[in-house]
Amino acid sequence: MICSHRRIFSLSSIALFATLAFAAAVHSHFDHVPAKEHARNNPLAGQPQAVAAGALVYSDHCAECHKADARGDGHKRPSLHSENVRTATDGDLEWFLRQGDLAHGMPSWSSLPTEQRWQLVAYLKSIQ
Amino acid sequence: MLFTSLKRALRPLSWLALCMPLWLASLANAQEKPYFVTYSHDLEEPGNLDIETKTALARPDGSTHYGATALELEYGVRAWWTSELYLDGQATAQDSTIFTGFRIENRLRMVMREHAVNPVLYVEYENTSGADKTILEVVGHDGQSDLAETNAEARKEHQHEAELKLILSSNVKDWNIAENFISEKDLGHDPWEFGYAFGASRPLRGAASGRICTFCAEKFIAGAEAYGGLGDTDALTLHDTSHYVAPLIGWQLPKGLRLSFSPGFGLTSTSLARVYRVGVAYEFNQIGNWFHSANGGAQ
Repeated sequence: MICSHRRIFSLSSIALFATLAFAAAVHSHFDHVPAKEHARNNPLAGQPQAVAAGALVYSDHCAECHKADARGDGHKRPSLHSENVRTATDGDLEWFLRQGDLAHGMPSWSSLPTEQRWQLVAYLKSIQ
Repeated sequence: MLFTSLKRALRPLSWLALCMPLWLASLANAQEKPYFVTYSHDLEEPGNLDIETKTALARPDGSTHYGATALELEYGVRAWWTSELYLDGQATAQDSTIFTGFRIENRLRMVMREHAVNPVLYVEYENTSGADKTILEVVGHDGQSDLAETNAEARKEHQHEAELKLILSSNVKDWNIAENFISEKDLGHDPWEFGYAFGASRPLRGAASGRICTFCAEKFIAGAEAYGGLGDTDALTLHDTSHYVAPLIGWQLPKGLRLSFSPGFGLTSTSLARVYRVGVAYEFNQIGNWFHSANGGAQ
């Protein structure tokens, strides 16, 4: 009886550990976005000229890594046609562009003017 | 006569400054600040190589005109780490054109997130001669008299120096504001020397125009920087120190070419009256990819 309880406990622990490990592995870049930033809307949303301008900003600054079609290199430079980007809010994307992910090779684009970051967000949303 | 000899002396450096970026060919574009002395917390994008010439043109009191160029090779090792090699040279009118040494520097982001103020640690080793006139920083009691010696005399002095900078920088509402605190130590027995540099800049327009253009306002960044010496551990005083203020303008040209210009004005009698700076830069994208095939193996 005690042995059976121990087995159940062990299996449960393994299952819990595996679930946590999986959850950690599939975490989104946007998990740490502050609520205030997450809720922000793109002030340029719905403006076709913002998408066109964002395409040029993308071509100038992002295409070198993420490629002209935004599909990345299938390795370290991820595709931007992804569930993460699709489900992210405008605020999430703008925050991430501003912060970057320096530990994983994504530079911070805080040096870009704010309007250009929003134009870029408009473009990224348009290609999903 | 003076103009002719200056022109002759500067010819090799001007050719280097003009031809180097034109010789390069690749597509790139970066939102670089046009500072000549101040550093912001913007680092080189990982895998990119930025090649820039920074030329200073001036005439110290009691000496002739000179042009000093630093050729800067800047590589983004990681998103948080940029490494640079400088090769310095100068040409002095009615004197000679000489190579004056090299510098190796590393800039490391100390925090991985963007904050209101972003600290970057700068570590440099300099192996230059006393004839170096690039004025990439001003420390201690540096002054125009150091720049007035003949090349033959000045190059006898060898400088092996370590330099540490604390870079604090913020991007606020399209403005970049950067403060650098500099300490430099000759690896011999000279005292620690201190200096500062402050800069502020912003693009003339924030939004991209949505068309490919060369003269759009968003392609220009304007600003100003101020820099100077703060004495040394033997005499921590502003007496007999140089200070400059310099408006600056940067122009992002197509195909990754970047130009910058800055007239600097000396604020004390120890400073040069004027120093004109010209920068020409070009960025190679993802140079690591040149040596790898599409499937990731080495070519």
